[in-house]
Amino acid sequence: MSLKKQDLLRMYKTMLLIRRFEEQAVQFSLQGELRGSLHPCIGQEATNVGAVFALRPDDLMTCTYRGHGHCIAKGLDPREGMAELLGRETGCSKGKGGSMHWTDPAIGLLGENAIVGAGAPIAVGAALSAKLDGSDRVAITFFGDGAINQGALLEALNLAAAWQAPVIFFCENNLYSEMTPIANMIGTETLAERAEGFGIPAMIVDGYDVIEVYEKTSEAVARARAGGGPTFIEAKTYRLFGHMVGDNEPYRTREEVEEWRARDPIKTFPERLQKEFKIAKKEIEAIREEVEAEIAEIARFALESPWPKVEEIETFVFA
Amino acid sequence: MREITYAQALREALDEEMERDPNILLLGEDIGVYGGVFKVTEGLLEKYGPDRVIETPISEAGFVGAAVGLAMTGKRPMAELMFMDFAWVASDQIFNQAAKMRYMSGGRVKVPLVIRTQQGGGRGNAAQHSQSLEAVFTHIPGLKVALPSNPYDAKGLLKTALRDDNPVVFIEHKLLYNTKGPVPVEDYTVPFGQAAIKRPGDDVTLVSLSRTVLHALEAAEAAAEEGIDVEVIDLRTTVPLDLDTIVQSLKKTNRLVVAHEAHRRLGIGAEIAALVQEHAFDYLDAPILRVAAMDIPIPYSRVLEDVALPGPQDILDAVRRVVA
Repeated sequence: MSLKKQDLLRMYKTMLLIRRFEEQAVQFSLQGELRGSLHPCIGQEATNVGAVFALRPDDLMTCTYRGHGHCIAKGLDPREGMAELLGRETGCSKGKGGSMHWTDPAIGLLGENAIVGAGAPIAVGAALSAKLDGSDRVAITFFGDGAINQGALLEALNLAAAWQAPVIFFCENNLYSEMTPIANMIGTETLAERAEGFGIPAMIVDGYDVIEVYEKTSEAVARARAGGGPTFIEAKTYRLFGHMVGDNEPYRTREEVEEWRARDPIKTFPERLQKEFKIAKKEIEAIREEVEAEIAEIARFALESPWPKVEEIETFVFA
Repeated sequence: MREITYAQALREALDEEMERDPNILLLGEDIGVYGGVFKVTEGLLEKYGPDRVIETPISEAGFVGAAVGLAMTGKRPMAELMFMDFAWVASDQIFNQAAKMRYMSGGRVKVPLVIRTQQGGGRGNAAQHSQSLEAVFTHIPGLKVALPSNPYDAKGLLKTALRDDNPVVFIEHKLLYNTKGPVPVEDYTVPFGQAAIKRPGDDVTLVSLSRTVLHALEAAEAAAEEGIDVEVIDLRTTVPLDLDTIVQSLKKTNRLVVAHEAHRRLGIGAEIAALVQEHAFDYLDAPILRVAAMDIPIPYSRVLEDVALPGPQDILDAVRRVVA
């Protein structure tokens, strides 16, 4: 395994930061500080972090409205992220985008997306761009199980196969297509087998095992970098929160949620770090304290940030 | 000056711009070996190779989306939609992605993307291959919209589109490809947002665009024989829209007719009429008249299509009425 102790600790820290970020965002939403829809990735942090850690900083990425985790793992400044959620001028979109449109080409982030499946063809274009440049950058597109039935996603799979684009299709199968079981919406056992029909190699990974996600994604990334074309990864994961703030979750049982919660990586990964990797408890404690301080600073920064200037309302419609 | 066709003018614009800027690349269906269904891209695959003239599957949502991704990563893609009607298939990528990406990101990205397509009826292509949809693109903030009516503008506007850092919907007309006109050999561009006065006149301002400009000029000649002096304005772009040229003309004529091949209901004529009454009401001596396609799907049969689409006679009738 290529992961060193420092990498493992950084993974843990990023997962915890994402979890606490999302919890703080939910808090802000309930307090009325945050407008519109919020789709927390609570429960999917290991999937996010394992996959993004397999990328280089200059690799390209699109993700979804449940994308805060990917973006933070890729390097988006969480202070800018939280300020954006609060609609402030210091937000990554200057308050013009909100929760579902974080974008920062400086870190390869070509956007979250509020349209299911829409980021996939954009990522294929970005991958083609890298290929045409003769660079070994790759693109990854994150999407949920629900996107598997969208035309744009299926068209993107075909384009990637036809062009042998260096792109990883990363499906976070959290079992629910918004508020409906994905099992009722498809005719196959797995989502991964869809990809095989396009001539794209596919694999299934345990999305609650950050190390497995990292290793399998690394294989796909290596293949893409070497000119081997696209890969489809289906990560079995689960959100421990509703689809969005306000979801009363009639479509799933409390028992099912508790079963997954027992495996919650935020709880189990530090245990594993101690047992399997002999990392001292105090190092883990130190990370927790660090993250708490960071979250306090993120929240303070966002709350104290100025509102956007109304006279700039039309700025950025055109370049 | 030499005369070339609208299609040749477009090809020259693509060729010269591709030579100038290696980041420009073309994507679309049958644009390579076949040269595009209207032969606009003929010869470009041979000259620039498959990395810059990229043939795509019949997959508009996919390849327009890929073009957005290319544009966000430093390329300057031109995606060709074989028929305007296919834009609906790619509509999410055009309206929700390309048009809004810069604004949603607070200016962190730009999307220098040209969507080239052709529209219009008159050829018996029926309802899914004959629509004129410029008003739809004009409605959505974040897109620029150009509609050349002649070879000179076709080349000059396409060069401007390819040099613009924003998504541009570049709308040709299927019955203009073989029309000829003077086009200089040397490099030039036609700026967006500058309407052209195609024929000066003192009695009526007649605003038009795309192929309907040819009908408008024909109607203006016929009106002249009846002693009505019509000023014909070619909008050239609907975003940005050159309201100033229209208002300046109205100050002289005090009468306005707007003619277009798109449907009447909420067509660009409705927008111009509203703008004029907001900004130049005092200059109007008569109600503004619109000449447009009927609000029905474009029919197939010649006798039906001829009635559905506006022609020179319909425009002449409106000119007569506005001065009556």
